Amino acid sequence: MAGASFGYDPRRPVLRGIDMLVPRGRVVAIMGGSGCGKTTILRLVGGQLRPQEGSVRVDGQSVPDLGRDGLFALRRRIGMLFQFGALFTDMSVYENVAFPIREHTDLDESLIRDLVLMKLHAVGLRGAAQLYPNELSGGMARRVALARAIALDPTLVLYDEPFAGLDPISLGVVGQLIRQLNDALGITSVIVTHDVYESLKIVDYLYFVSAGRIVAHGTPDEVRRSTDPFVRQFVDGEPDGPVAFHYPARPYAEDFGIRAS
Amino acid sequence: MTSVATGLRRVGAGTLRAIARVGFAARFFVAVVLQTPAALRRIQLTAREIYFAGVLSLVVIMVSGLFVGMVLGLQGYDVLVKYGAGDSLGIFVGLSLVRELGPVVAGLLFASRAGSAITAEIGLMKTTEQLSAMEMMAVDPLARIVAPRFWGGVIAMPLLAALFSAMGVFGAYLVGVRLIGVDDGTFWGNMQASIDFWPDITNGIVKSIVFGMAVSLIAVFEGYDAHPTAEGVSAATTRTVVGASLAILALDFVLTVFMFRGLGNT
Repeated sequence: MAGASFGYDPRRPVLRGIDMLVPRGRVVAIMGGSGCGKTTILRLVGGQLRPQEGSVRVDGQSVPDLGRDGLFALRRRIGMLFQFGALFTDMSVYENVAFPIREHTDLDESLIRDLVLMKLHAVGLRGAAQLYPNELSGGMARRVALARAIALDPTLVLYDEPFAGLDPISLGVVGQLIRQLNDALGITSVIVTHDVYESLKIVDYLYFVSAGRIVAHGTPDEVRRSTDPFVRQFVDGEPDGPVAFHYPARPYAEDFGIRAS
Repeated sequence: MTSVATGLRRVGAGTLRAIARVGFAARFFVAVVLQTPAALRRIQLTAREIYFAGVLSLVVIMVSGLFVGMVLGLQGYDVLVKYGAGDSLGIFVGLSLVRELGPVVAGLLFASRAGSAITAEIGLMKTTEQLSAMEMMAVDPLARIVAPRFWGGVIAMPLLAALFSAMGVFGAYLVGVRLIGVDDGTFWGNMQASIDFWPDITNGIVKSIVFGMAVSLIAVFEGYDAHPTAEGVSAATTRTVVGASLAILALDFVLTVFMFRGLGNT
């Protein structure tokens, strides 16, 4: 991704000149506060949005220039884990994982069954195959969604807030799964998250995004040692710093009608 | 002065938004129709929607049809007998059901029973990112979700309207013949002699197909276009029921004008 800019409203860009490189086989995290444009980056990579400037390339292909068929062909090689799983609520866990396989291949039912059970086994939920999404805990739902994302053996997996709303144990499990699946299946992973602690444990490289720009990047060790004020504020969870506590507002006095005398 | 200008500006903006929405709906309709081959190729998806929209609406449609028919029998006989035309009860009931009440009332019930369900389902799928997830899996939600629901509704609606009319005729028979004592043979004989397959029944079928398309299109469109929040889905469901009901009544008038123009009273 080079110099990519995007705004839902052209006058107020969400992303401004994002330069990012995700090498094959690595786990890369994009970190930043809520609403800083992290998810928008994933939507650019997946081709759900087009950048107004700059380029987005996946595997050498320019995503914005792809037609509908080309985009769909590319997406077959991309798995995506949505923020809350986005499982199909009218299908069982088994059917959810089978969905992309059924849609894109003509495999035998017995072969599909084997594939689905293998994917579910990889996330430790083979026993939950017949449950429905409303019977799953948040962590389990996230793991099923992960099994679905890797159902077609993608080369790139995008994770949108895989850790949001999970208890510490589920969080560790999902984190380890992301790392292990990445290494075992030889995929490339991009994680959008605000969970520094978990990310530092599993990723190869981090980008920090604030107000639509990349403000810092580095390996986990570089990040831990970094003295950059933004990185420090983010990693240490300081309430005030380069990212202000206050949402931009009129002067305090003015809002309360107090006049300095 | 400024308030007048603001008011005018607001009216203008509202009108532009409404026109843009109609344009979007029209493009959406074309896009859904283009996905028809996909919906037909995987007929089991459409069959499932026929089950949800049609089979599960059977009870409400049949019970309503029965009661509407019984009321028609009572009221119709009451009026007709004053003019010595009690024997025409069968014609009166049959014509009003087949031409008007069957398609219209069944359409209204269908909009509130099945249309609202379709809107809520698609709207919630959008809210929970299921549609986005599908797109990212290189599956077009228009082909996988929207088109089968649209065609399911279009196919189910005429069948429901026909059943409604049949139940209505049966209800009128119960009241008119069994309760009031109109002659059995006169009731059926007059009905058979005066209602023609063409144009009466075919026009009723055409109406119910048109209503089925209108209701299904509004339902899938409102669901797909819903704001991805709880309030958004609830507002979209309301818009489906209100919009579809108004569309049915307005279309009914227009269709009736064209269909029965110059036919005179049967």
